[in-house]
This record gives sequence, structure tokens and C-alpha cells, in this order.
Amino acid sequence: MIKNLRRFISKIKPNFTEGGKFAWLQSTFEAFESFLFVPDETTKRGCQIRDAIDLKRTMIFVVIALMPALLFGIWNIGYQHFKATAEAVSFWQTFGFGLFKALPIIVVSYVTGLAIEFAFAQIRHHQVNEGFLVTGMLIPLVLPPDIPLWMVALATAFAVLIGKEAFGGTGMNLVNPALLARAFLFFAYPSVMSGDKVWIADQPDAFTGATPLGILANGGTDIPDAWTMIWGGVPGSIGETSVIAVALGATLLLFTGIASWRIMLSVILGGGLMGLLFNAIGANEYMQLPFYYHYLMGGFAFGAVFMATDPVTAAQTNTGKWIYGMLIGILAVMLRVINPAYPEGMMLSILLLNCFAPLIDHCVIARNIKMRQKRAIVKPKTSVQ
Amino acid sequence: MASFPLFLPQIQNMTRVIKIKQGLDIKLKGKAERATNSVEAQFFTLQPTDFVGLTPKLLVDEGDDVKVGTPLFCDKGDERIRFVSPVSGTVSEVRRGPKRLLEAVVVKSDGKFEPLAYEFGAPTKEGITQILLETGLWPMIRQRPFGTIAKPDDRPKAFFVSAFDSSPLAPDMDYLAEHFPDSLQKGLEILNLLCDGKLHLCIHAEKTQSEVLLKAKNVTLHRFSGPHPSGNVGTQINRICPINKGETVWFCGLQEVINIGHFFRTGSLDFSRIYAIAGSGLLHPQYIRTKLGAAISALVENNLKDDHQRIVSGNVLTGKAVTENDFVGFYHNMLCVIPEGDQRHELIGWIWPGFKKFSVSRTFPSGFIPNVLHPDCELDSNLHGEERAYVMTGEFEKVFPFDIYPLQLIKACLVGDIDLMENLGIYEVEPEDFALCEFIDTSKTDIQAIIREALEKLRKEAEG
Repeated sequence: MIKNLRRFISKIKPNFTEGGKFAWLQSTFEAFESFLFVPDETTKRGCQIRDAIDLKRTMIFVVIALMPALLFGIWNIGYQHFKATAEAVSFWQTFGFGLFKALPIIVVSYVTGLAIEFAFAQIRHHQVNEGFLVTGMLIPLVLPPDIPLWMVALATAFAVLIGKEAFGGTGMNLVNPALLARAFLFFAYPSVMSGDKVWIADQPDAFTGATPLGILANGGTDIPDAWTMIWGGVPGSIGETSVIAVALGATLLLFTGIASWRIMLSVILGGGLMGLLFNAIGANEYMQLPFYYHYLMGGFAFGAVFMATDPVTAAQTNTGKWIYGMLIGILAVMLRVINPAYPEGMMLSILLLNCFAPLIDHCVIARNIKMRQKRAIVKPKTSVQ
Repeated sequence: MASFPLFLPQIQNMTRVIKIKQGLDIKLKGKAERATNSVEAQFFTLQPTDFVGLTPKLLVDEGDDVKVGTPLFCDKGDERIRFVSPVSGTVSEVRRGPKRLLEAVVVKSDGKFEPLAYEFGAPTKEGITQILLETGLWPMIRQRPFGTIAKPDDRPKAFFVSAFDSSPLAPDMDYLAEHFPDSLQKGLEILNLLCDGKLHLCIHAEKTQSEVLLKAKNVTLHRFSGPHPSGNVGTQINRICPINKGETVWFCGLQEVINIGHFFRTGSLDFSRIYAIAGSGLLHPQYIRTKLGAAISALVENNLKDDHQRIVSGNVLTGKAVTENDFVGFYHNMLCVIPEGDQRHELIGWIWPGFKKFSVSRTFPSGFIPNVLHPDCELDSNLHGEERAYVMTGEFEKVFPFDIYPLQLIKACLVGDIDLMENLGIYEVEPEDFALCEFIDTSKTDIQAIIREALEKLRKEAEG
């Protein structure tokens, strides 16, 4: 079977190379071919042997790490809906309802993003990079379940075109495309991205479905208990509510070493630090909220694990990663507590630090450069000459 | 009294050991057996392409008779630097490539190894330079930055000899040293005289056992430990005497030191080499004693498992892919033979656990305990992917033991920003220092080529 498939692909391959009938689909064909079979390319110069890892495997592992959050999110869409309508339904009905809501969003995100990626790869005569495999999954997970599909398409197109391709494609982008998509919708269509009406799918009018952060931002204190927020049975973006599901993904990312433990840890430390500081000030009830509640509410955990750790947009030096992560944590909590306009500070603080990451790296590297210059000046006096 | 032998190593350990933490030992199948066979190869060659930035001027014609030490070509830029025949016989072929580029001068050996006669008095600093240039031993001394042949009029701030090789399947330098103890010591003495600065001899803290090396005279001895690239001269220079802009450091391989020592000891040239012939593509991995630049066909004769093998002159991380019709490189101590990896098509290979794959990435089981799952792994030349943009960060730092930011330097090289390259430490590195980065690179880029191109750009700029 496998051999026949391989033979078939080898047979049709000439059509997709330079001069073939479908040469304009070359990048697309190669993307699918290398998706099916590991390419048989060998080393030419330099290292004659290579490690077995490649970008495809790396990205697929991130997608796998997102699965717990996705599956829980799908179930939670149904759970929140039927809770609001006060209907008693089975597990599969709950899950089915969620799937019915979430699947179109995922499909639209992938189709729009990949179409643009493939087109750009072809125009640039590049291979298709695997980065969008992750972005395409992240976008649905940070959106509310009731988002209109055309908005998903528009936001994805904006994120990929302006956020990524305009900067030169995968590896060159300044800010995280998935967060940019969310930020785009947040500022362009605030009515579908904030308030009490968007976090539960097909919500009955009489029901208020505010997220814990929404309640706090409006001066309320009647948020769900910590345990509910840990397992995630609260309204919110599709993938962000369950800390347990996010932690499962984090475990895989740290276990495989794909995501930076420095960033995850420092975001948590930064958030905790700011939370403790507010506890010490204690000027209002929000400030008095136990600091660890910030980990449980909104997108803090999801952002720390999947968004802040994006290697392209994070700081790239190890020292820089600590600074970058700490600042994300500090700013996220600060925005939540002090700024009444935005209940959730995680998205904005990550986007802001994405912009500052090159500056952080610049400062870290400048120290290395200074060390080298200093050595060059001092050395001749002591050398044997 | 019984404790006395145990006491000795403790004394040795009292000197400082420089520990290399970042790096990776790749343990491949097919290590050379500690037994040396002599091979009577017929053809030997010198290849101008082995020397960085050399423009050769041919000095012989096909059919000329040559002796050991007859110049075959010289450096057009400095005609004192000559490249001499390692054997006696006749010039059988002058190989030229595209644009009549001189690729190799092949000498057919008459099996007698008759050397040219030389006379010289007690060696002085200037005298040694002169003798090394005349005898064609000079090209064995290289310099950093740029990795070119040392310039005879330069005054290097230090001289380095690495006495162990940590690369995969590398020859055991102890074993080589023990074949020529006297020549080695003499060579070190001569090089010590040659250089104003110190002569640094770097050995492995535990693995180096040879008395010749442990008790070498006229040198500053340094002990290193840790994974590859602890044996690379670049790593050692960086730890002991880092190169700043405008400075040069000279270095020389161990077998080259032996050749130099042999000449000053006996007065006659001998370009003996012991090559490690290793790798999983061989029937009998072994050491072979022959002369410099021997024909590969003679070294691997009746020893290849099948025709579909990748032959590498040098080690698998930095060497050059060659065919049986080629010759061992001038600075290489070994030949590696590994299977070609071009005939496999794994269905959706990016998802399988991959128990048989070697990787430092923990997305494969071997990433956790590489040396337990793969005490001897059999790697082939497959690229395991396709070239991509740089996405992952913090990976190179794990195998790159310099106080340099590797990814940032690579990117500076790619954009050709000379100031930035200098600031980030380009003068301290050679492509071989980046070999492990290239090996583990998720994005499958040719990092060594990127570094070489950048260094060549800088060198041409510096030389005007």
C-alpha cells in the first residue's frame, strides 16, 4: 500500500516541477509530499550526518500539546450552553454541540491561513513552512465560541498577511500571529469580543455569562470558586478556561523541551510577584484577591504556555527570556487590576513584550559585545609581545 | 605501597581541568580497531582546494620525476609557501576543474620514498621558518582567524596543538602519538622556538594516557574534559587565549607536529600518516599507515559493505564527501564511511516515536538518554527534513561552548553585516566550531557554509 502510494507520488511529481503542467502548484505539492513522506534528501556539504528532528515534528508536537485544551474547550462550549438554557443532556450531546460550534471556526482558520501561506510560498519559490500548523490551531482557541465565521477568516487573513508575510514570513514576524488575530477582532469588533454576551454559545438573553475577569472588572466579586476555574467550567475563549488542560499541554512541551521553561516560569513568577504586590497594597477588593487567582482566571495560563513561548516572537537569548517573561507576567496582572477598560491583560502584555523582545535581546547582546571590546583593549598590555 | 599507583592520578588532577559543559558526543558504530596495517597506495596527491583562500601556481608538468619534498605548486601570493610531493615517483596527472581551476596534482609513487637532501645548522627562530618553508612543511601550520595557512612574517600571540580529537569516530591521538614519540617531542620543541608566545598543548583530562603527551617538554599543558567539541582547537583557544580583532593564533595538528619533528630529528622528510578508517559502512574499521594524501581507493579496497556508501574525508561533522577516485584531505586524520540515506521514504515520519532515530530533541526517545538507547548508533547521510526558516531558539547554545551568541552571529553572517559580525566574535570561530549546531539544527541550514562565506568576505576585506 505504502509502496504504491509512494510510486504514485513519484509518478505525478514531474507535473509539479519546473516546466510541468502544474508548476504553479509546486510549493503546494511539495508541502503535501513532505507531509506524507519524510523527504529522501541527503546532506551535501558541511555536516554529513544530521539529527532526526525537523520543524514539522516540532510543530506537530505543539499541536498535540494543544489537544487537551481543544477537547476540553469543545466540551465546555456545550456545557456552558446547556447550563444557561438549563437543559439536562448527555455528555455526547454536550460535546456534539461544542463540536458543531468549534469545528467550523477551526476549518475556517486553517483554510484561510494555509491558502495565504501556500500562495506566498509559491510566489517566493519557497517551501511551505510549518508555522501555521500551530497558528491555525491557536486562533480558534483564543476566540469566543459565538464568533461569526467571516470574522475568523478576516482576522486570520489580517494576522497572516500583515503580521507575518509582510515581515518576510515564518521566522521573521514581530508579533505572535494568533494573538494579533485576536487583537484585531478585539479592537475592530469589540461587541463580539467583550462584554457578558459573547462567551456562551447561543446564550439566552436573560442569562448573564460574564467571565470571572469580566465580573471583577465591573467591580463585582462573585466569581466562581478556585476549583471550578482550575478544571475550567467557566465561560471564556474556547481553549483558555481549563488550567488542567493547559497544564497537560505544558507538561508535553516541557517534557519534549520544545517550549522554553525559562519563559513559562518567569511569566508565572512575574504574575505572582505583581499579584503579591497588589495584595500588599490592598486598596480595593480586586487587589485583595489572592495572587494565585490570576493564574486561574482568563488566558493567563494559556498565554504563558502557548503564546509567550512562541520562539520567533519571544526574546531569543536565555537571559532575555527571563526578563521578557517576568515583564509579561507583571504587565498582565497590572492591566487586569488597574486598567478598567480591558478586563484581560494577558493578550496585550504579550503583544507589547513581543514588540520589546528585540530590544531586550539587543541589551543582553550589547553586554556580550562590550565584554569582547574590553578584552581587546586590555589584552595587548599584558601579552608577551 | 599498594596505594601508590592510585596516588599518581591525583597529582595529575591537581592542575586545573577546563570543563566544557556545552557539547555533544555522538557515538557512531564502526570505531577503528587499534591495529595498524600498512597499505602501499600507488597514487598520492596534494589538492590546492584543501587550503582556505589559496591561489596555486603550478610548478611541475605531467610526467616529471619528483622526490619527497619536490615542490608541486606554490602560493601565488607568497611564493615562499610551497607544497611538496609526499612521495617520490612521477607526476601522473594534473587535475583541473571548471575554469581550469587546479584541483589536484597526482603523483604516482615508485615505492622508494626518496627524499631531497637538506642541510641545516642548529635551529633558530628565523632559521626554522626558513627551513619549514623550503621543505614544504610550512602549510601544516595554520592560523586563526580565517583558517588559512599561517603567514611566515606574522607574530602570533600563541601556538596551539590539540592532542585529542573528540569528534565522532575520531582517531585515538594517544595511539598515534605512541608510534612516533621522539618525533613528536622534537616537533613540539621546534614549534616552541618558532613562536614568541606560549606553545599550548591541550590534552584530555582522563582519556589522554600517553606518556609522550603527559610528560611533553617545552609546552604549557592544559587539561580539558567534557563532550565534543572539547577537542577542537577553536574551543581550546577560546578558553585559554581568545582571539581579538587584529590578533592571530597559530595551530597545528598532532600528525603534522610529528612530521615536522621527524625532519628536524633525522634531516630527511617523511610524510607518514596513520589514518583511522572508520564507520558503519565498513567491513573492518582500522588504522592504516601510509603517506599524506593517499588515494582513497587504496584505503577502502575490499572493505566497503556495498557500493551505496558515503565516503567522507575527515570526520562526519566537518569532513568532505568524496568518492573512491579522490584523495584524503591535507589536514584530515581519518576517513569515514557511512550509509547513504537517500533511499528511504517514511510514511508520515514526523509523528512516529522513532525508537531507532538519533536525536538530541526529546520529541524522540533517544533525546532523553542518547547513550543508553544508542550506545553505538548507525547514522546515514539523510537530512531528516528540509531547509526552513530559523524558528527555534536556545538550541545551539546547548552544543556551542563559546561566550558567543551563535544564532545572532549566524544571522549577522547571513545579512553580511561586518561590524556586527566583529562585535559578536566572528574572529574567534571557524566553521568547524559550528558543526554541532549544524547537526542539531531543526531548520536544516548549512551553518558551516554560512560561516565560511562570511569569514572569506572578511578576509578579502582585510587583505584588500
